Amino acid sequence: MDWVNAVLQGALVGGLYALFAAGLSLMFGVMRLVNIAHGDLIVLAAYLGLVTVDTLGLGPFTSLVVVVPAMFVLGYILQRGLLNFTLGTDILPPLLVTFGLSIVIENALLEGFSADEQKLQAGSFETASIHLTDQLAIGWFPLVIFVTAVAVIVLLELLIYRTAVGRAFRATSDDADTARLYGVRNRHVYSLATALALAVISIAAIFLAVRVNFDPASGPARLLYAFEAVIIGGLGSLWGTLAGGVVLGVAQAIGAQLNPGWEQLAGHVAFLIVLIVRPRGLFPKLAD
Amino acid sequence: MSATAAPLPAFRIERSTRTSWIGLAVAAVAIVVLISLPWWGGEDDLRLIVEICYTIALAQLWNLLAGYAGLVSVGQQAFVGIGGYALFGLTIIAGVPPIPAVALAGAVAAILAVPTALIVFRLRGAYFAIGTWVVAEVFSEVTGLLPDLGAGTGMSLPVAVSRAVGETRFERETVLYYMGLVLGIGTVAAVFAWLRSRQGLALTAIRDSETAAGSIGVNNDRTKYAVYLLAALVTGMLGAVIYLEKLRISPDAAFDVIDWTADVIFIVVIGGIGSIEGPFIGALVFFGLRYFLADYGAWYMILLGAVAVVIMLLARRGLWGLLADRYDIHFFPVRRRVRLE
Repeated sequence: MDWVNAVLQGALVGGLYALFAAGLSLMFGVMRLVNIAHGDLIVLAAYLGLVTVDTLGLGPFTSLVVVVPAMFVLGYILQRGLLNFTLGTDILPPLLVTFGLSIVIENALLEGFSADEQKLQAGSFETASIHLTDQLAIGWFPLVIFVTAVAVIVLLELLIYRTAVGRAFRATSDDADTARLYGVRNRHVYSLATALALAVISIAAIFLAVRVNFDPASGPARLLYAFEAVIIGGLGSLWGTLAGGVVLGVAQAIGAQLNPGWEQLAGHVAFLIVLIVRPRGLFPKLAD
Repeated sequence: MSATAAPLPAFRIERSTRTSWIGLAVAAVAIVVLISLPWWGGEDDLRLIVEICYTIALAQLWNLLAGYAGLVSVGQQAFVGIGGYALFGLTIIAGVPPIPAVALAGAVAAILAVPTALIVFRLRGAYFAIGTWVVAEVFSEVTGLLPDLGAGTGMSLPVAVSRAVGETRFERETVLYYMGLVLGIGTVAAVFAWLRSRQGLALTAIRDSETAAGSIGVNNDRTKYAVYLLAALVTGMLGAVIYLEKLRISPDAAFDVIDWTADVIFIVVIGGIGSIEGPFIGALVFFGLRYFLADYGAWYMILLGAVAVVIMLLARRGLWGLLADRYDIHFFPVRRRVRLE
């Protein structure tokens, strides 16, 4: 029963990885930009949540009222003022600029908040669970994470396939130059995509901050999880990304169950196995 | 086909330029000065020079990967760590003397680079970058599970092993200094020779356009594999020398992305990606900034990152690119120029 429990919790936590990954996937899909600073932006949002909770006295989840719009605006400015200038046929500028940005954010957080570990407290909610049987229980918090991930993906899919903005996203994704000829303002569209991506990672960041301790150096690990979820799921498919997150969460849970030291390794190994067996992921949609 | 073709005009192919002879002379003088350093320099000077040597060597290798072969790796710390751990394993467990162990550590890194390449080469561009990072994490995690190598907390090099390098402290420092110097100068020379060879011509073609290179008969994949394995081999040897000097190793330090990859990326980007001179200029800026900003902690990294971002946006080929374009100087001529006579 321990195993069933572990796998179940792992699968639910996979929702968190899918939330990390959705933003990465969106930015790549719309403008082929892989943001190396993604993990550090997640940690930045977590610190923003921390500051909001401390100064405004909000609860961790209600702090999203501040964090989501703030990160949305930051995303727009970041894309408009910096990342748009890196786009083109050359792969080096986007990669190295976002890498530089990642180091800048991490060290700025270190300067502002020190290297001490932080956490957001959500009280008894963190450990509350639903008892299915005597031995089987589902934590409320992991369940909320998973349901939120599904809801976010449904909303993103609706946005992408049912709205004018979504049409512009798909158009620039297919052919940016032709989209411009039809009156799509590419730079504005890209900025909206990044704004949206950062709004999504804000939710992930608050969940992360309630779930585990974080510090300024927590970013890269989150980038790697997000990346692994995207690749396992297959490029361009948000449902695939959710599946990728679940695979990663389950692999880590199984690893941790075997030996507490194997948790991270098991996730990475699952990723490498998928890369060897199915290089294009489980549900590929886009060619890179 | 009786039409007479116009006779080919007389031409010769030039490789050196006037500045390259100056460069050679400066390099020769610098090497003589560096070789004599143990007789007049202090221990701190020796250690600083060794650090500069391996930093420039790592930068040259990363530049070969990213600047020429288009392989932007964020996972070169994997091979520093493997080299360092191979040195500890070979000397402590297998009883290999330290100096041959350094060469063998390079071989271990190159051997482990083969399966690594088979996996990460499935990813392109930015995904390749993050993929190499994941693999480095895997190596770090696995190392942390090996009890004979100190597991997660790491281990120190036994006194007997460092005695095998040299009996006295001065002797050890001198031997380590020459090893660092030979590896540093050797790496630059090897990169220079590689780029001047046919392989280098292929690599330069890939740098300029992968599609065009492929269409004129360059075997892109094989060239990339060769560069990746060469970089792993030398990076492994550098890792071994670095940890032979540090005397203490742990997974977190040996596989650190900041020390072994991020700093190196900044050096190459600031100095000038896609040239041999670039990493030298970048290292000058890097050690200069560190000298003046050592007391400001995180601000140093913030500044370095910001400068790299600005350079990447405004001067894609770095400080050296700006200089070389304006004054047509080449200290390490790898190009062929056709001169009509």
